[in-house]
Amino acid sequence: MKYTTIVNNQTIPVSQIPEIPYDAFFELNAGFVTDAPELHCVNYFGYPAGSKVKLICCMADDLHHVIHVSSCQVHPTDQLPSLASQLFCFEKFEREIHENFGIQFTGHPWLKPLRYAHNRKDPGQTIANYPFYSIHSEELHEVGVGPIHAGVIEPGHFRFICNGEQILHLEIQLGYQHRGIESLFLSKTRLSERVQIAESIAGDNVVAHTLAFAAAWESLCGYKPSPMLESARTVALELERIAIHTGDLSAACADIAYQIGSAVFGRLRTPVINFMQEWCGNRLAKGLIRPGTDQYPFTPELAQRLAEVLLRFEPEFIEMNTELFKMPSALSRFERTGTVSLANTTAIGSVGLAARASGLSRDIRSSHPYAGYHTLKHEPIVKRHGDVYSRLQVRKQEVPQSIGYVRELLKSMETSQTVATPPGTPAPGSLVVSLVEGWRGEICHCAVTDAGGELLIYKVKDPSFHNWMALAMAVRNNEISDFPICNKSFNLSYCGHDL
Amino acid sequence: MLSFFLILLSAFFFTGVINVTKSIYTGRKGPGILQPVYDTIRLFKKGSVYSTTTSFIFQIAPTIYFSTVVMAMLMVPFGQSKGLISFNGDFIFFAYVLALGKFFSIISAMDTGSSFEGMGASREALYSMFAEPAFFILLGSMALLTGQTSFQEIFATLHLGSPISYALAVLASFVLGMIMMIENSRMPIDDPKTHLELTMVHEVMILDNSGFDLGLIQSAGMLKFSIYGALIVNLFIGMFPYGYTIPMFFAIQFGAAVVTGTIESFMARFRMSHNAQFIFALTSVSLLIFFGVLMLLGKFI
Repeated sequence: MKYTTIVNNQTIPVSQIPEIPYDAFFELNAGFVTDAPELHCVNYFGYPAGSKVKLICCMADDLHHVIHVSSCQVHPTDQLPSLASQLFCFEKFEREIHENFGIQFTGHPWLKPLRYAHNRKDPGQTIANYPFYSIHSEELHEVGVGPIHAGVIEPGHFRFICNGEQILHLEIQLGYQHRGIESLFLSKTRLSERVQIAESIAGDNVVAHTLAFAAAWESLCGYKPSPMLESARTVALELERIAIHTGDLSAACADIAYQIGSAVFGRLRTPVINFMQEWCGNRLAKGLIRPGTDQYPFTPELAQRLAEVLLRFEPEFIEMNTELFKMPSALSRFERTGTVSLANTTAIGSVGLAARASGLSRDIRSSHPYAGYHTLKHEPIVKRHGDVYSRLQVRKQEVPQSIGYVRELLKSMETSQTVATPPGTPAPGSLVVSLVEGWRGEICHCAVTDAGGELLIYKVKDPSFHNWMALAMAVRNNEISDFPICNKSFNLSYCGHDL
Repeated sequence: MLSFFLILLSAFFFTGVINVTKSIYTGRKGPGILQPVYDTIRLFKKGSVYSTTTSFIFQIAPTIYFSTVVMAMLMVPFGQSKGLISFNGDFIFFAYVLALGKFFSIISAMDTGSSFEGMGASREALYSMFAEPAFFILLGSMALLTGQTSFQEIFATLHLGSPISYALAVLASFVLGMIMMIENSRMPIDDPKTHLELTMVHEVMILDNSGFDLGLIQSAGMLKFSIYGALIVNLFIGMFPYGYTIPMFFAIQFGAAVVTGTIESFMARFRMSHNAQFIFALTSVSLLIFFGVLMLLGKFI
């Protein structure tokens, strides 16, 4: 056997993962992805094992609801053939391993720094001397945007190569938001600290990231959350999806200068996040999810309040969408803008909302169910065109779907009672892979513990990690003035990528 | 002389009315009608910051821009009363004195060396170029119809011939209204509210201007609105006494501002590549007026 097969949130001893030579490792993982869009790499990382580096690759099979985990050990000085030279979805993972350990991947299209981790191998590579792709031409011009932007958004640098108003190429340079999240997970040893770090990975994905952390931790400790707790967490996750999707529709309207849409969607988002405040005292749901405990029980009063909020929310949301998507001036901005083909989406390993808008059905809620999704039988919403319109349509349709799920959960929650039993300590020498579908897409947290049961490595993969490349693809041959609406239709996270 | 004060007076309210209209539509309380004026006064009290990469052009351009707009304002008549400057062919001078101001704002944007401002400048130049034929065919037709070549005489004699001229005036006010939107970089051509420098036209050109210079540019913008509004008013009031025309002036100016606010609330901005098509299509409306005039004069068919 060359690999081990696990399911989402299953803890296994690291010794159970067979270690194979890099050649076989290469063959195996390349073989998985080639011509199989249902298989995709959810995480590929390395961590120091003595003088060597242990590489672990987690490959999710959406069709069979399993994750194939394979590993190998290499020397940091090795020259290894690059997986990305054949399969572009490994591009960022290899850049990260190269940046952290100095492993040279031969044949990699661009082995550039990824996020300038503080403990990177080569401190000489700084954000100021990033090797941008450039074209020497009299006709073309370069436009640099950021890292400080005109709006109140996160820092990131965009370098366009344009022919007049037309974008030929976009290179996105990130790393300004790097806080060392993954090393903080190791240096902060109290669970309360770690869960706060998980909450801070991306401010618009608090529930999803905290849920991924909580699920990983509880699995490591062998703790099984009560059905009531799982339902409450699922409600929170769906509420986050509703709130952020609505906010994104508002922002998309603002970008095309459609004032009414921007104002109405902006107003609609408020009662949803205000409900989170009523529930846990924070509009972004910080503090709500804690591994093994139910800090803020979902009381029947809250359930009733939520039902009222959604009852008022839904018709207005649908009405505004009907207005927006029948307005010619808005459709003219959305349709055929920022198209990503299905082939490109699959090649770069795009996930979540962006993948579904291009016809690639990737949704962890149905492919690797967790928490309350075992019973909900989720059907992903898939669009085919891959343009701004499709991405907004996915949002438009996912919100009523999420409202349906919340209502369904509210019905089943009324009977069960919560019993709090604290989790134990993590199992020693184990690995767990925790997948969660946030509103943006698949979030993957991987934890490996050492012989004493302490965290050895904690790896986080935000959906933005893959999807930034989808944005770079989307804007090609578009007008530069359509870049903001393309960017907003993805609404990717800078800090989720930079960690 | 009368037109100068009327235009000045309505300029104080024009942008404020647009903002209030937009606020009401979105259910916000919104700023007071005079807020844009307060903002401009605040800017006038400030000093200017100049980038070290700019030359003297960047420093003189806002003043030239402002003075060309004031110059254009002096030429606008009011019904039977002349503007302060009036001569045969003054509408050509009017268009090109505004173009001179625009030329300086374009080269001052280029002067900063910013890629954003360069893009804004190229867009602005393209749009003004396309808007120009519409304006000249329109006023040329009016001149042909009336046999006069100055603003005041054209407007004063426009409706003497036949009432069909009112139909032409309605078409003409559409063209002038749209040119007003283009010249002031409002919707659906440009989004004055956006913070996204890549999608801006006019706003991006003045990114480097600050303080007093910015104040000049802002107040020139307010005056421009009012000037074009006054031209539209002039299309209708030639025949009437002041007792009617002065309230009509304010009513039409107010109406134009409310219409602008409504457009900006209920539609999205055009895709940038559609703007050029749209602006050029205005020329065809002007041509319609031209053929209408030819038919009226019996020179056609």
